[in-house]
Amino acid sequence: MDWVPAISRWIHLVAGVMWIGLLYYFNFVNVAAAKAAAADGTAAGISKHVMPRALFWFRWAAVVTWLAGAALLGSNFGAAFLLQKSHLAIGLGAWLGTIMLFNVWVLIWPNQKKILGIVPATDEEKNKARRVAFLASRTNTMFSIPLLYFMAAGAHSALYFG
Amino acid sequence: MKNPLDSLWGTVICGLILTLLLHMIVRHTLGG
Repeated sequence: MDWVPAISRWIHLVAGVMWIGLLYYFNFVNVAAAKAAAADGTAAGISKHVMPRALFWFRWAAVVTWLAGAALLGSNFGAAFLLQKSHLAIGLGAWLGTIMLFNVWVLIWPNQKKILGIVPATDEEKNKARRVAFLASRTNTMFSIPLLYFMAAGAHSALYFG
Repeated sequence: MKNPLDSLWGTVICGLILTLLLHMIVRHTLGG
C-alpha cells in the first residue's frame, strides 16, 4: 500500500465533503433562512452564533481539501494544471477547485468579515460586501457541479469519455 | 437581463450547462 496517495485521497474526500457541504448549506439553506430571519427580527442569532463557526470550518476545509488534492496529484500536479491530454479531466477539476479556493479566501471571507462586524465597515461597504460575497458563493456553487463531475471522471476516464 | 446566479435554480442550471459544455470539450479532445 502506498500511504501518501491513500491517506491524501481519504483526507481530500473528508475535507471536500465538509467544504462543499457547508457551501451548499450557505446557498441552499442559509440565504433563504437569513432573509426570513431578517424579516422577523431574529437574524442576530444566525450572524452571531452560526455564521462565524460555519465560516471557520468552511474556509479551513477548503485549504485542507486543496492541499490533500495537491498531495494526491503528486508528480502529476504539473500535468494536471497544464491541462495535458493525459490529465485533462482531473486538471479541469483541479482548476475549478483552485478558483473556488481563491473565491473563498479573497472574495467570500474578507467580505463576510465586514458583513458580520468582525472588521469595521460602513453600511455602504456592508451592502457592497454582501453582494460580492453572495455572487462569489453562488459562483462556487455553480462551479461545484462540474468540479464534482470531473473529480469522479478523473479516476474513471473511460467510463465518462470513452 | 437578470443574473441567473441570483436564483438558486438558475445557479444549478448554469452548473449543469457548464458541466455539459466541459464534458463535450474533454470528450472531443480525448477523441472519445
